[in-house]
Amino acid sequence: MASLLNASSSAIFGAKKELCVAPCSSMAHRSRRHASNKVLAVMAPAQSPRTPSASGSVKHAMTMTEKILARASEKSHLEPGENVWVNVDVLMTHDVCGPGTIGIFKKEFGQNAQVWDREKIVIIPDHYIFTSDERANRNVDILRDFCLEQNIKYFYDIIDLSNFKANPDYKGVCHIALAQEGHCRPGEVLLGTDSHTCNAGAFGQFATGIGNTDAGFVMGTGKLLLKVPPTLRFVLDGEMPNYLLAKDLILQIIGEITVAGATYKSMEFVGSTIQGLNMEERMTLCNMVVEAGGKNGVVPADEVTFKYLEDKTSKNFEPVYSDDNARFIQEYRIDVSKLEPLVAKPHSPDNRALARECKDVKIDRVYIGSCTGGKTEDFLAAAKVFLASGKRVKVPTFLVPATQKVWMDIYSLPVPGSGGKTCSQIFEEAGCDTPASPSCGACLGGPRDTYARMNDPQVCVSTTNRNFPGRMGHKEGQIYLASPYTAAASALSGYVTDPRDFLM
Amino acid sequence: MVGGSELHSFTSDSNMATTAMAAAAIAATPSTVKTSFYACNHHAPFLSSCRPRLSFHHRLSSSPLTLPSLWAPKYSPIHRHCAASASSKVDASTATFHGPCYVLGDNIDTDQIIPAEYLTLVPSKPDEYEKLGSYAFIGLPSAAYSTPFIASGATKTGFPIIIAGANFGCGSSREHAPVALGAAGSRAVIAESYARIFFRNSVATGEIYPVECERVGLWKECTTGDIVTVELGENRLINHTTGKEYKLKPIGDAGPVIEAGGIFAYARKAGMIAAPSN
Repeated sequence: MASLLNASSSAIFGAKKELCVAPCSSMAHRSRRHASNKVLAVMAPAQSPRTPSASGSVKHAMTMTEKILARASEKSHLEPGENVWVNVDVLMTHDVCGPGTIGIFKKEFGQNAQVWDREKIVIIPDHYIFTSDERANRNVDILRDFCLEQNIKYFYDIIDLSNFKANPDYKGVCHIALAQEGHCRPGEVLLGTDSHTCNAGAFGQFATGIGNTDAGFVMGTGKLLLKVPPTLRFVLDGEMPNYLLAKDLILQIIGEITVAGATYKSMEFVGSTIQGLNMEERMTLCNMVVEAGGKNGVVPADEVTFKYLEDKTSKNFEPVYSDDNARFIQEYRIDVSKLEPLVAKPHSPDNRALARECKDVKIDRVYIGSCTGGKTEDFLAAAKVFLASGKRVKVPTFLVPATQKVWMDIYSLPVPGSGGKTCSQIFEEAGCDTPASPSCGACLGGPRDTYARMNDPQVCVSTTNRNFPGRMGHKEGQIYLASPYTAAASALSGYVTDPRDFLM
Repeated sequence: MVGGSELHSFTSDSNMATTAMAAAAIAATPSTVKTSFYACNHHAPFLSSCRPRLSFHHRLSSSPLTLPSLWAPKYSPIHRHCAASASSKVDASTATFHGPCYVLGDNIDTDQIIPAEYLTLVPSKPDEYEKLGSYAFIGLPSAAYSTPFIASGATKTGFPIIIAGANFGCGSSREHAPVALGAAGSRAVIAESYARIFFRNSVATGEIYPVECERVGLWKECTTGDIVTVELGENRLINHTTGKEYKLKPIGDAGPVIEAGGIFAYARKAGMIAAPSN
């Protein structure tokens, strides 16, 4: 027994030197990246983890992710690499994957089977909503029929597509709806049929994306076999400059470790900078963990988390925290004060560049929306830049609030320093498009008639999460991923623009 | 209890067994776990660069497990789509695929495998499943990939084997991706590495074998249209057109699951869960 543990530990931690180098599988990425990357190294070299001491207590030291999975699998201790059966607290699905998941559930468990827990499944239509595509509309109907049949407690339905406000239950983008409706709780396990389910890790829980088949399995049993991931730790310190947002932080990290740098790993974000981030910013950070290949991201729960949850959930939860002597396969230290606004150039989220070095890139449009960059804080940030400039945008600027609540905030919250103006007023004065109906929108292209879909080969600065070829529609479209500050600044100039041009 | 003892606690914990149903089929023997673990580590110290393994246990078939209220004796078999243009043997450990290969580079994301606009198709509906197949790889930029994966006017691919670089299947978790490849008629992907959700979905659905190759940059030595043979039992890829041979990483525990048709079918085959009720 003991020998198996020690052997596995040394296998993980023995080759310390190698640990400082990216895994072999990402060597191809690194050579491509170094050829074009001029970003100064602002991250201290990766530190080797401490060797496990001889004392027995180290054997039980676990990271946050390990602890969450241990508790969910009713084990006192777990090691990375173990496959464990985990009890699921919340299963989420939406209109794109829900019908397929339901089909598998019925096929495998029987047409008359009942879901494992009608209160633990949250069904959120959000992807292809405001479209005339018949199959897309049918898919929402399939969700509705199933929810009625199973008496699913949380179904955020939409029936009147011509007016989202006429649908009191409709929320919008699933990941933000989950947070706003109190379904994200520290210490829990949340699985969703969407890769950006990792968004919820901002709440100090284990949250990851799964496919239809796995989800169908969970629907019937409430469990899933998961492999415990080792953890990469990112310590971010320093005061956040007023021209940076969490999007810049995560683009920095992805650019550093590449799109496969966190494959099968957990990404833990700690440090004074993290503690100073609000929940929506923490979500932006965890949201793009999957872009680095990460299995899940976590931010330890604290007062900020508890305050956010106060009016959203009455369920009890028990946060967990990494032990002091928990083992991380690698630790990165980042001095945030040294960072600059970034973009991810076409066609990869790890194709990192300084925004200011792309100032000659002429753009055709700007898109502000999605779970990554369409939350209230994201729109407040964009409004700040438009306000500081006082000018009008030079390119079509599309605004797609993630949820109904975000839409309402845009129309009601006063923007600091504006003399009482709302985001919507500032956007209108800047010449942006009217904020659209809340949904995933054009982040992933979608049906041809999706609002703001890129149907021509254009250059777009976007606050979304992916820029692989064809992501927003046209295969030859060029997408620069950026923070809301950078997106707004770029809209004002008609070129990729560093927001310091307006904020300082 | 630590490490491989996860299996011991698994097989001996009857509580877990009852509620876990298919899970029971998925406890590995100590030797299997050890093999898979160390097989990973000879290559790199990171677990992440290993092909993830759902550990499958072949011995726990003493008593079929039942889950209250979900099971009924009637059996309705799931009809598996058969690839039109590949040859393969039934036994997973010796499965062989032969035919022209389709070659791709690094970081082929699931949007390129099946663009978002086609995701209105529901994979569990047979006619829509077929339609998904007809759109496989339609998202690839034509400049870089001038040979279409599916010929104009066709609905199935002429390429039973796909060869790719690193991080294949990254991006969106859409299960439509491995489904589209399987529905199109491909049988195996040989890639340097996989994104985790895609790998997991491939295994869970049984639609396509996600095999890892030893050699970094293998894809650069192959050209779309090369005639290749993949021998899972021998862990070998032979490119007949170039005359080169390559070592593959053992598919291990994932193989029998894929061959059976995915985790549900595998668990049923092993007598671990009953057939669906109707």
